[in-house]
Amino acid sequence: MTANHSLEVQDLALGYGDRVVIESLDLAVRPGGITVIVGANACGKSTLLRSMSRLLAPRKGRVVLDGKEVHRTPAKELARTMGLLPQSPIAPEGITVADLVGRGRHPHQGMFTRWSREDDAAVAAALEATHTSDLAERSVDELSGGQRQRVWIAMALAQQTDLLLLDEPTTFLDVSHQVEVLDLLTDLNRERGTTIVMVLHDLNLAARYADQLIALADGRLHAMGEPAQVLTEDSVRAVFGLESRVIPDPTTGRPLMLPLGRHHVLEPSGLAAEN
Amino acid sequence: MSAETAIRPLGVEAVTRGRIRRTARRGAVVAVLAVLIAAVFATSLMVGRTFYPPADVVAVILGEQVPGASFTVGTLRLPRAVLAVAAGLCFGIGGVTFQTMLRNPLASPDIIGISSGASAAAAFAIVVLSLGRTGVSAVAITAGLAVALLIYALAFRGGVAGTRLILIGIGIAAMLDSLTSYVLSQAAEWDLQEAMRWLTGSLNGSTWTETVPVLLALAVLAPLLLSQARNLSAMQLGDDTASALGVRVERTRVIVIVAAVGLIAFATAAAGPIAFVAFLSGPIAARIVGPGGSLLVPSALVGALLVLVADLAGQYAFGTRFPVGVVTGVLGAPYLVYLIVRTNRAGGSL
Amino acid sequence: MAVTRPAPDAGAARRPVRARSLWLLLALAVLAAAMLASVAWGSRIVGLADVAAALGGADETIEQAAVTKRVPRTLLAVLVGAALGLSGAVMQGVTRNPLADPGILGVNMGASLAVVCGMVFFGLTSPSGYIWVAIGGAAAAAVFVYTVGSLGRGGATPLKLALAGAATSAAFSSLVTAVVMPRNDVAGSFRMWQIGGVGGASFDGVVRVLPFLAVGLVLSLMSARALNSLALGDDLAAGLGERVALVRATAGLGAVLLCGAATAAAGPIMFVGLVVPHMCRLLIGVDHRWLLPFSALLGAALLTVADVVGRVVARPAEVEVGIVTALIGAPVFIYIVRRQKVRAL
Repeated sequence: MTANHSLEVQDLALGYGDRVVIESLDLAVRPGGITVIVGANACGKSTLLRSMSRLLAPRKGRVVLDGKEVHRTPAKELARTMGLLPQSPIAPEGITVADLVGRGRHPHQGMFTRWSREDDAAVAAALEATHTSDLAERSVDELSGGQRQRVWIAMALAQQTDLLLLDEPTTFLDVSHQVEVLDLLTDLNRERGTTIVMVLHDLNLAARYADQLIALADGRLHAMGEPAQVLTEDSVRAVFGLESRVIPDPTTGRPLMLPLGRHHVLEPSGLAAEN
Repeated sequence: MSAETAIRPLGVEAVTRGRIRRTARRGAVVAVLAVLIAAVFATSLMVGRTFYPPADVVAVILGEQVPGASFTVGTLRLPRAVLAVAAGLCFGIGGVTFQTMLRNPLASPDIIGISSGASAAAAFAIVVLSLGRTGVSAVAITAGLAVALLIYALAFRGGVAGTRLILIGIGIAAMLDSLTSYVLSQAAEWDLQEAMRWLTGSLNGSTWTETVPVLLALAVLAPLLLSQARNLSAMQLGDDTASALGVRVERTRVIVIVAAVGLIAFATAAAGPIAFVAFLSGPIAARIVGPGGSLLVPSALVGALLVLVADLAGQYAFGTRFPVGVVTGVLGAPYLVYLIVRTNRAGGSL
Repeated sequence: MAVTRPAPDAGAARRPVRARSLWLLLALAVLAAAMLASVAWGSRIVGLADVAAALGGADETIEQAAVTKRVPRTLLAVLVGAALGLSGAVMQGVTRNPLADPGILGVNMGASLAVVCGMVFFGLTSPSGYIWVAIGGAAAAAVFVYTVGSLGRGGATPLKLALAGAATSAAFSSLVTAVVMPRNDVAGSFRMWQIGGVGGASFDGVVRVLPFLAVGLVLSLMSARALNSLALGDDLAAGLGERVALVRATAGLGAVLLCGAATAAAGPIMFVGLVVPHMCRLLIGVDHRWLLPFSALLGAALLTVADVVGRVVARPAEVEVGIVTALIGAPVFIYIVRRQKVRAL
């Protein structure tokens, strides 16, 4: 439905102050797909996402969107192509859902231009796509965690970008809301062709929803590709330092990781045999 | 298919209606505030020790010579009332800018030390350096900006945390206030009125010399600030979200700080740090306007109204003539405490 | 971690005590030197021989007379400094808040407001009356600020407490102005008091605050061990058998008595109560049984030095000690804030 954009990272190095987070990274996001970045705590997942969306300038190398360097693209122009939902966005006290979603129209508005019908239509469509139309006049403060996350996604949708970056959109949500949010994002990807790049904590959800899985370890790319290729017992050991069994998920056929730990494992050989 | 097309426009209508309702309320509030300001402004020109009818006041403003009224209204009351409005606008808009940017109603320039800086510098320029009006303004503005910069630099440790910035501001304000006290204690003659101007703010003895620089500052800096209103609204969602929406966060912050500090400092150099106006205007405006949308214009108007009314009350409502800052201070104190209690209860942003 | 650490031998356990004793001796020496400087230096600098003679009772030369005049002032500086340092340490312990300080918490302004109201509305004229009123005002302000600051989520965080204190101070200072403003006679005497100084000290004044300081000192030192438990959190302290509310009340009363009396005697002096306990923690650690007396000692030394500095830098004029401590204290306050890991808003 929409043009597919190419987003690439070339020889990228990132850091804060004296600390180097990512040393040298090359990767390409699959156009029109869902890309999920996974890795251990503090491996640079969020840092990478921040840099891809222009929030963090690279030490070295570049992020390239459709052949243009992201950090040299004017802010508003970029914001019409690529949206980002940070991990903990802030809702001003008392703001209504419709108002908050309307803030997503910022890159489409000039300094003093009036609110147009097009803006209203974008807000209405975003509300509908996230099933939050009924909440439009409610205050964001009174929403549940799952509803709030849908509203934030609606704000990012109102921005009407072909690319959407999300930093752990499922944190603080219980399992049913996690699935709800990820299903919603999949709908967007399938119906509108929105390219989605997100950081997820849960390996199994990542493997289930990703078209492309990127595993980072210590600021380097460990593996990139189809979930079945990336989520293996060896890679879990290398990235997380954890012994595990990876079996095909009986419900989806995608890989399913079962951590072994030191207790309660019935018979390691039994599981291995089944694998 | 048909169901979908039927629902869609309805959704858009609802969104449009909701948006119009929000903006309509703000429009109404702004209109009412403007009318009130005009009414109090007119009253403050007419009443006083002698009453002058509207006809005389209008005549004086048009430049005609009216015996008695020309001096009392033209030289005494008019510049004072204009300064009240101008300073109120400056404090109101400057205060709400800081509160919005730092996402904390308590982070207003009068609490985090910017007004204190301008005030200490103005007192120093007058008492120690014996500078004239322009010199005092220049020193106050430089000091206000320097203090803002200092607080920002000190709070910067790989990004500015709002909490740190406010705490450092409080520390700096405490130091500067004691400096002001010291400078005033060194004055050859202890002039209580003059001291009050720099401690709590006063409009006593205002002339056009004080008023005109504030008007010029408003003419230049207020539009600059208003041009950033949308960016500021986006920054309420957090720096990262704002950047993702195409706001150049650091640039916006610099413009906004310079403009807001400039307004605060010009007003402070003319009228002193009128207590709590910068702090109160934003929250009051937010209460009347309701959530969402930019508060810059409504709180500027609330500020102007506050200063006008407080000055009028300070002059005539009590046995003694109180400077405006004392009135706003005493009125503002309970509201301030209430606001802290409420914000803490809500448990949100603090 | 616990496994790799070698078993502590008897010598290692005693070593910190030796280091602490050394610091204690050093602090005493600094205090003694500061007191000597305080009687010797001022707008006129007096030689050691004259100082000794004057302290022996001689009153013949101008120098000796100057020294005699400086003795009560020095004593007051020592007492006020000790009281503020100690009360700061106790407040930081009670609130578990590194930024607690009588000035930051608005306690000083509470005392000011009470004194002014006493002067204006109740015709209070005797300095002995001021003390009671000031302590009452200080206590009321402390309770108020602490209550407001600890509402809501997370209890009394540094930010909430500091903001509540700053806001309350601002509110009180407006009220003070409003009360003082129409009364020029009160305004003059109040103004000097408000800047904070020990210049006008007399032996009578020193004697007057002594009983309050003594009670405050005893209450504070009594709570030292309990404050160590309280440092682990209320729940854990209760689990260790501490009666938390009682400890808070006792220690808090002690701290308020100390800073209220100090404020009544010397006006509001900021930052001493904040800076001193932090310095002490760097030197001798966090054990309140050491921290409290050491804070008193170092507070006394700091205020005495600040007073001497104020007299020397602007000769022949004087800079009030409250201004000197604000100039020294604010940078330290900022340093502490910068070092803290603050929660982002």
